[in-house]
Amino acid sequence: MTNVAITTLLNQTDSDIAAYLEACVHCGECAEACQFYESTRDPKYTPTFKLAPLVKAYKRHKAPLRGIKKIFGLVPDEVTEDELREWEPLIYDSCTMCGRCTLVCPMGIDIAGTIRKVREGYAAADIVPDGLKQARVNVEKTSSPMGVTPKALLAQIKHQEEDTGLKIPVDVQGADYLALFSSHEIMASPEIIGAYARIFAKAGLSWTISTEAYEATNVGVQIGSGPLAAKLVQRVVDEAERLGVKYVISPECGHAYGAIRWAGPNLIGRTFDFEVLHIIELLDRLRRDGLIPAGKKDERRLTLHDPCQIVRRGGLLKEPRRLMDDACSNFVEMPGAGIANLCCGGGGGVSANQRAEELRTKAFGVKLDQIEKLGGVDAVVIPCANCRGVFEDGLFDLDRELEVIGLGELVAETLADDPPKAAE
Amino acid sequence: MSFIEFVEGPMFYAAAAIFVAAGLWRIIGILRIGKKPDLAPPRGSATAGWWKGNLRHFFPRGLFAERTWMHILGGYGFHLGLFVLLFFAAPHIAFVERFTGLSWPALPRWGFIIAAEIAFAGLIVLWVRRFSDPVMRQISDWDDHIGTWLTFLVMLTGCLALQESVVALRATHMLFVNIWLIYFPFSRLMHAFTVFLSRGATGASYGRKGMNP
Repeated sequence: MTNVAITTLLNQTDSDIAAYLEACVHCGECAEACQFYESTRDPKYTPTFKLAPLVKAYKRHKAPLRGIKKIFGLVPDEVTEDELREWEPLIYDSCTMCGRCTLVCPMGIDIAGTIRKVREGYAAADIVPDGLKQARVNVEKTSSPMGVTPKALLAQIKHQEEDTGLKIPVDVQGADYLALFSSHEIMASPEIIGAYARIFAKAGLSWTISTEAYEATNVGVQIGSGPLAAKLVQRVVDEAERLGVKYVISPECGHAYGAIRWAGPNLIGRTFDFEVLHIIELLDRLRRDGLIPAGKKDERRLTLHDPCQIVRRGGLLKEPRRLMDDACSNFVEMPGAGIANLCCGGGGGVSANQRAEELRTKAFGVKLDQIEKLGGVDAVVIPCANCRGVFEDGLFDLDRELEVIGLGELVAETLADDPPKAAE
Repeated sequence: MSFIEFVEGPMFYAAAAIFVAAGLWRIIGILRIGKKPDLAPPRGSATAGWWKGNLRHFFPRGLFAERTWMHILGGYGFHLGLFVLLFFAAPHIAFVERFTGLSWPALPRWGFIIAAEIAFAGLIVLWVRRFSDPVMRQISDWDDHIGTWLTFLVMLTGCLALQESVVALRATHMLFVNIWLIYFPFSRLMHAFTVFLSRGATGASYGRKGMNP
């Protein structure tokens, strides 16, 4: 087990990761950007400290000049199973891979990306939290971490057709766009499916949902299992190419976007025959092309949460803000909004990890403080279903009230005119 | 051969050779590990991101400055002070001129004193943090302390030798310089060079995404 972990850790260490490990000067600045440290003040949550198993393995087996250091007894001992297990909660419970620590790091080290590599070693050795193991079992059975079946999806689609009066296309060969959803959206906020229907009908898009590839959530990325992540990406790619779509729409889910847009081609070893668009990116394009003009604005005091994998690590900074400006008249930004915004506290699989619940709620408390400093916010707009779930759970646990809405829903609700009736 | 002749002669040549050879070995060793090409269609330029990443991280982010001000002051003070001492102290320029024939204007004595005081203050702040701050205690190791102490001794003996009137002091300074040069490529002091690889890697990765932290 330990050998598998070490071998995988070393295989994951490319020149970028090596540069990060070589450049760290142990300045501790990263702690000041980490919500888990900020909410507990426990030094073990210092981001760079979480990398210790990888650092040890690298220094012993891969670092340049290790031969000379070995002569002087200056290479660390082999990583042990006990150490791997001791670090497991730091790797999985106290890092959402939000990447905020990179902003404050004077060396510019991508600690979040490095944690992702460390998780590969842990997943290979099957040293993984039970919650994520269960999600993996569900995915292998149904393709969905929450066990959402095609039958359940079709039932939700039917409800949304009734609510919107629009026909929602399913398994349409030759459609231009294939829409993906996250399990959380399908089961907890299915109105997003109706929102898509209203927006795409307004824009006149040719789109479809597939009963073969509807799930965007990629548990493989959260656990750190490259093979599982590749399998889940491949399923979407196969179906998108079978249907002949030009675009795959990644939903309001942070890591799902990173998994298919930025990691996807690298996971399956080739480029796609289609373009991946985040739903926010698509809505912004449609808005700028004049296909979904904005109507009456929401007049409530709204703020925007920046999902880490969509904004800081995904590259979509301006798009959600342009949509917010069009959709509401009293949009206020949080302190540190945008690239430096705080995480919800439950990304990177932390929300699926029951063991981390108490810690996650503490980290969410820091996020909530950030919002409450604004004063008088009526609702927070969150373009990520996982973040919305973390907000809802955290608000419940902390006995606080704040409305949480999706950006797609907000856009649908503030379209210029009533959507036309479905043609069929 | 006198001690000063040894530390300024054979020992310095050996130390400088080790510094260059081992330093290059380490940098090339990191680069030789290699990485797979990124197949995801880019939204921006990786090259521009590499440069932006390197430049952006020279400047602290205002959002975090309130919580990291001591480290910012210590870090900037020490590094800027050391840079000035290293490249603009008159004896250093004379030393370089002896080997290369190259020369440039030196800092006046009062400038040297100010730069040295700032560098010492910065280094002491950084070192005191290493054992006074719980986070720093958690993550610091022997390499951090040895690197700090060696640098401190090089600077201290350099100040003592500033007058260049006592040969023993100059020899002591050169001895510590040589030890520092030998230790440098095997230690975390190499961050002076690896920083550009690290910042560049992150900058390039984010640059492709059209983002730049």
